[in-house]
Amino acid sequence: MTAYLLRRLLSLSLSLVAASLVIFLVMEVVPGDPASFMMGINADPQAVAALRTQLGLDEPLPVRYLGWVAGLLQGDFGISYTYRVPVSELIAERVMISLPLTLYALALSTLIAFPAGILAASRRNSAADLSVMGATQLGVAIPNFWFAMILVLVFAINLRWFSAGGFPGWDAGFFQAIKALTLPAIALALPQASILARVMRSSLIDTLNEDFMRTARAKGLSRGQALRRHALRNALIPVLTIIGLQFSFLLAGGIIIENVFYLPGLGRLAFQAITQRDLIVVRSVVILLVFAVIVVTFLVDLAYAAADPRLRRRRT
Amino acid sequence: MPVLSISDLKVDIHGNTVLHDIDLTLEPGQILGVVGESGSGKSMTALSVMQLLPHGSQWSGTVEVAGTDLATLDEPALCQMRGRDVGMIFQEPMTALNPVRTIGDQVAETVRIHTGASRREAFAIAREMLNRVGLGEDRFPLDRFPHDLSGGQRQRVVIAQAIALRPKLLIADEPTTALDVTTQAQILDLLRQLVREEDMGLMLITHDLAVVAGLADKIAIMKDGQIVEAGPTREIFSAMRHPYTRALFSASAHVPDRGRKPEPGKTPVLAVENVVRDYQQPRRNLFVKPAPFRAVDHVSFEISHGENVGLVGESGCGKSTLARSILALDGLQGGDIRLNGHVFTSAGDGPHPELRAGMQVVFQDPYGSFNPRHRVRRLVTEPFHLVKDPPRGAELERRIDRALTEVGLSSSDADKYIHEFSGGQRQRIAIARALIIEPALIVLDEAVSALDVSIRAQILDLLAGLSDRLDLSYLFISHDLSVVRAITDRVLVMKDGKIVEQGETESVFRNPQHPYTQKLVAATPSLEAALAAPAN
Repeated sequence: MTAYLLRRLLSLSLSLVAASLVIFLVMEVVPGDPASFMMGINADPQAVAALRTQLGLDEPLPVRYLGWVAGLLQGDFGISYTYRVPVSELIAERVMISLPLTLYALALSTLIAFPAGILAASRRNSAADLSVMGATQLGVAIPNFWFAMILVLVFAINLRWFSAGGFPGWDAGFFQAIKALTLPAIALALPQASILARVMRSSLIDTLNEDFMRTARAKGLSRGQALRRHALRNALIPVLTIIGLQFSFLLAGGIIIENVFYLPGLGRLAFQAITQRDLIVVRSVVILLVFAVIVVTFLVDLAYAAADPRLRRRRT
Repeated sequence: MPVLSISDLKVDIHGNTVLHDIDLTLEPGQILGVVGESGSGKSMTALSVMQLLPHGSQWSGTVEVAGTDLATLDEPALCQMRGRDVGMIFQEPMTALNPVRTIGDQVAETVRIHTGASRREAFAIAREMLNRVGLGEDRFPLDRFPHDLSGGQRQRVVIAQAIALRPKLLIADEPTTALDVTTQAQILDLLRQLVREEDMGLMLITHDLAVVAGLADKIAIMKDGQIVEAGPTREIFSAMRHPYTRALFSASAHVPDRGRKPEPGKTPVLAVENVVRDYQQPRRNLFVKPAPFRAVDHVSFEISHGENVGLVGESGCGKSTLARSILALDGLQGGDIRLNGHVFTSAGDGPHPELRAGMQVVFQDPYGSFNPRHRVRRLVTEPFHLVKDPPRGAELERRIDRALTEVGLSSSDADKYIHEFSGGQRQRIAIARALIIEPALIVLDEAVSALDVSIRAQILDLLAGLSDRLDLSYLFISHDLSVVRAITDRVLVMKDGKIVEQGETESVFRNPQHPYTQKLVAATPSLEAALAAPAN
């Protein structure tokens, strides 16, 4: 098990190094000089050159790469070209919204998908199964911004249970903050829950047809017992994969929902930085997302090993 | 009181009758063999006793387990009965256990769901049961997972969980079909011993007459959902009143007529010389390269024109790897393989595609080895990709026609799809596909192992006739010694990547020299031997 962990950790660090190189180089070839963008179109070329020197843009590539990585390792992401504040502060602020929102949406999605998928698989072709399949089909098909607007219309404007958008900040109290994130989380969770429920259903149906399920029944387990004790854990592997992918998607992909609800999240930060050629912010957000994806992949790998003993080879 | 008594059982699935007029009884300490070909209803009979029939099934009649009529039990009571009064063992030990739970956990589960036993007590019983089936504590602690175990060991775990509560009735559905002969002999011994010592009744379902002949007290022979003949084993086999019993018996012991004896020519069709095949093992340590696993270890042999050579050995002995090497599907690490005197493949020199047409292959699975979306015409002409100038038009039609008629099908079958054929017919098409290009050698990798005995006898006849008429050579790979004995002239016995014995088939089987061959031959159940043995 330790060897398994070490191997995974090694490949994780290698992926990070590779990703940082790619991101750095891509940002270098993207057109648009930050210095001239910051100074405006009519700027004096000498002033632009001076700014380039000040920003360290005229040093050789390897030096700048190493400088950037060294900074990253110390938590120093550099100074934003446009906001003129440390990027780490900008990102920290946004992460405090995006990360809880992602976890909230993922928790909702899992809480909806698991019971729905299990119900559908264990009563295959029943009315319950057909309703779950129909509902999830709809859930996948509905665009989430439209669903988000319907949520606002019903729960914020008509019922006035929630505010229509904005974020009061965590200082306003945990409950207030969570309340502000609830509608966005539901809007994000619906399509994800639909996909997850379908994966859960088909994975469980496959497992229910396995020989060992018949063995379990022959031992005297009822259908429900056999499902709980033998099928669920075996059906979990594909589901874990999807959950891992959904986390990464939600963390960065919430931009439309963030816009609908006026939430200052990571997606909006990245979008603004791109339009303003604030490459240092773009680069930092992207490397952060890559880091998050790699860590989640690592956690999913650990969950695989916990679910399936065949993946942690016995070492004696 | 009988442990099992079935009378007038009838089962319909979605309106189709799959079982009717089934009457069986089984006393404690007795073994009842239920024999039949696929689709005869023998497994369905077992599932009726377990009350685990597929969805949409309807049953009528009486099934009594130890005096209790199953019709009077509701589902919770049936759950109580399964595992406690009736234990069941299945055919496929590789998939019958839950891969993510330990063996101790799975055996203990039977105990825990039926008795109020604590976790510790249940694990103590699990330990005792695993010892009982020959899985001792030192090598098989309770926390091992199924994937650490071989097929035979897994089957022992399945048996341990079936007998954990000492049920009165044990049902074994083809318990040894997926196992090697020596493992089969051990498992059958274990079952026999359990029945005698625990005074259980055993219902042993099998397609193999030789297995039940040496083991069962009573036999029921099934065909098309009914019992055609039933009675004490010796009586059934000595009288053979029913024509189907006779047919089954003769098909099981069938030896095809071989017209010609092969004459060893100058150049052999296939010459395998000092072939070595290594597999890279997974790296366990980052800094130490693992030693390769030698699956085939300096193997040499020849096959002459028209000669049928058998290759036998247990799973993992390297016979399939050797076959892959001969077919040049894998590269070699040493030695060379010659076809008609030309080097086909050797270590460091890839296969020569122009020679590939000289050799064809027929695999075991008649269901998985065809693309279901192609017509037979396209399936059988596939090997023409190997030749530079494939036949076209009328010539192609003639070749398709001839290949299909050679294997006993008609030319109109060329436009059908593969799902329209039965397993035996599919295997005929596989043979036609190999024949169409007129190879000198066909490698038959377990080509009849998945077939019922009567179909198997027909295919063996077909193969023998083709070999005689077309001067074909076969390399016949099988784990089934009786089939190899029936069809081959010479046999090679393989163990741990090496050929440990080779010679004329009859003399090897009659007078095996190597201890391993002796063990294999002794473990093979034989109909004649079982019937010749004095009544016990």
